[in-house]
Amino acid sequence: MNFGFTPQQEMIRNEAAAFLSQECPMPLVRELMVTQHGHSESLWDKMASMGWMGLIFPEQYDGVGLSFVELSILMEQMGAVLMPGPYFSTVVLAGLTLLESASDSQKERWLTPLASGNLKATLALTEPDGRWTVSRPRVTAERDGKDYLISGTKLFVPDAQIADLIICVAAARGSGKDWMLVAVDRDTEGLTITPLKTMDQTRRLYEVSFERVRIGRDRVLEGSHSALERVLDRATIALSAQMIGGAQRVLEMCVEFSKTRIQFGRPIGSFQAIQHRCADMLLLVESARSAVYAAACNAAENKGETGLLASIAKAYTNDAYSWIAGEGIQIHGGMGFTFEHDAHLYFKRAKADEFTFGDSNFHLDRVADYIGL
Amino acid sequence: MNLDYTPEEEAFRNQVRSWVSANLSPDWEQISLRQAENMDESMAFLKKWQRKLYDAGWAGISWPKDYGGRGATINEQLIFTEEMAKTKAPNLMNVSIGIELVGPAIIHHGTEAQKQRYLRKILSAEEIWCQGFSEPGAGSDLASLQTRATLENDHFVVTGQKVWTSWAEYSDFCILLARTDPDVPKHKGISCVLVDMKSPGITIRPTVQITGEAEFSEVFFDGVRVPKENLVGIINQGWTVAMTILMHERGTSAIGYQIRFRNELDDLIRLAKSHDHDGRPISEDPEFRRKLAQSFIDVEVLKYNIYRSATQIMRSGKPGPESSIVKLFWSEMDRRQKALGMEMLGLYSQLVNGSEWAVDHGKWPRAFLWSRAGTIYAGSSEIQRNIIAERVLGMPRA
Repeated sequence: MNFGFTPQQEMIRNEAAAFLSQECPMPLVRELMVTQHGHSESLWDKMASMGWMGLIFPEQYDGVGLSFVELSILMEQMGAVLMPGPYFSTVVLAGLTLLESASDSQKERWLTPLASGNLKATLALTEPDGRWTVSRPRVTAERDGKDYLISGTKLFVPDAQIADLIICVAAARGSGKDWMLVAVDRDTEGLTITPLKTMDQTRRLYEVSFERVRIGRDRVLEGSHSALERVLDRATIALSAQMIGGAQRVLEMCVEFSKTRIQFGRPIGSFQAIQHRCADMLLLVESARSAVYAAACNAAENKGETGLLASIAKAYTNDAYSWIAGEGIQIHGGMGFTFEHDAHLYFKRAKADEFTFGDSNFHLDRVADYIGL
Repeated sequence: MNLDYTPEEEAFRNQVRSWVSANLSPDWEQISLRQAENMDESMAFLKKWQRKLYDAGWAGISWPKDYGGRGATINEQLIFTEEMAKTKAPNLMNVSIGIELVGPAIIHHGTEAQKQRYLRKILSAEEIWCQGFSEPGAGSDLASLQTRATLENDHFVVTGQKVWTSWAEYSDFCILLARTDPDVPKHKGISCVLVDMKSPGITIRPTVQITGEAEFSEVFFDGVRVPKENLVGIINQGWTVAMTILMHERGTSAIGYQIRFRNELDDLIRLAKSHDHDGRPISEDPEFRRKLAQSFIDVEVLKYNIYRSATQIMRSGKPGPESSIVKLFWSEMDRRQKALGMEMLGLYSQLVNGSEWAVDHGKWPRAFLWSRAGTIYAGSSEIQRNIIAERVLGMPRA
């Protein structure tokens, strides 16, 4: 047992941190917050040339073949800088879905370009009921000759407007299955994508409406409940990894500020009221990191009970990040409440993340089931 | 990064497991419940148990082989303590202040003569040790301690008072911090000496704890003569020795705790299924289900924190200030877990050992009370937060 980064993982982390601080600094994040897609094509290309889109995919699809731990390391660094754009949607949501559920020829068609950065994609899972379970989607896929017609509304779909490909979970009418996965090109007729105005401007969410969107059989992915569960568990872990990155950065901001901000003739970091809060922040972020990397190791090695570890990581990290990001505003005082200061960007991201892939109660209920209650 | 043990480590686990199951007498659980009324019985059991461990080569497995230890790797220590905890073997922390704290201090800072004289008898439980650190006026501010050790020819003469000294009545020796130079800044005038508890001038007065036990005592030193060669390390540099001891107390000795807490959580889950709350099984109450799940998460996160800390110790060779994170985490989560147990039992939570209606012989209220000790001893939670802020985060000194 060696629960620390290997030298190679250490290198990946340092490279990612250096790259992102150079290529995705806060001024860029703020610039992208007010653009239509919240996405920088030049940043995307640079990441592609680093091999990041293909990081975890097999070499036969132009991937790099590294493990889920390395992906989590990247995620943590991306979360630290609040990186905008469709990396998570493309690589984690769509990429893993294709890896798990697509046929060989479908993988060549979509996963290969995705892994080299030439295809952006997303997963349309959630609907207006805001639930994370996939049992009964309201969006339907109806057989029409050799084709399917997709109808209904997906909500909270990330990055739909920039994605070339949208993988949609739809109820399968008359096919004997509860639901099916269909891969739809963004510009297909009958597809309407409407941006949602959200509190966290570093991400883009959309309403995606299907009105009798016609797709061929070759766009239906094999898909199974367990395959989709595997994707969602991994997405939950990957998001949690982003969250610890953000939480860590907030703590660093607070510690730095508390060393230089003078009140009552002393740096405020010398007051125990501030020290103890920062100590508790470290306790939470380190503990969350332990939970996230334990889950990432489990996912990387395809051990059983990844769902349990994902739920542990997400429930713990939800509470940790939301609290830390809130304290981040409090410790910075009046400046922390201004738009100019970055504290609110983390605060908003933390809150949005908290409800994405299951809030704490959702995961506590899953844990309760796992432990036989 | 991986969480797997090597085949050698798994073999080691099996070896520990089969030895413990063959050698642990099942009486311990009952004896520990009676500890408040019968300390002698507990101590006798613990001494016998440690002797058994020693004879089989399991006492002080982290110690170097030269001093009678096993030179075990940190992973082996982890496996050993996990297996001990799984079988609910006694937590040796009580009786083995010698093994956990005194041994490492002597190994790191002691003379060869001290190593030869003391180490083996610590392992075999022939000599029991206590720790003379806290005083009435020196708790969190340990360095302000006032007990004096004055060098007169070839002896120190010790005068002062120590408090919260666990198992003092049963101890043969005390590892003591005393002021040897009152004229320098407080951290720079402290020395560490080894005191024979049978020396003239020592008075022990047991202190009854909130659990009813008198596991610790006040110890008074009145002109106690301690041979000069009992100094550990360099004179006036006892603070360094104290830090070695406290790092071990907070760091490595917590490995294996996750299994103890997991055992207790498993007991809580069993309780949730067998007991009703408000007219239905606790396990069917959505709120209790979530609280138990939260407690499960606490235990799992503690486990992974300990694993990470073990890897860190393995890489750096010794526990660092990060061990404060583990100490703060387990002691605070212990309080949450035991408070949940009380909440689940409702009115029954007040019934202690001896009541016919008591659940599990009153172990829950006892554990609930004990959970108030962990956030105080070995540096209170407030002190741990100070250490984390100043030494891990580098914040300015208060």
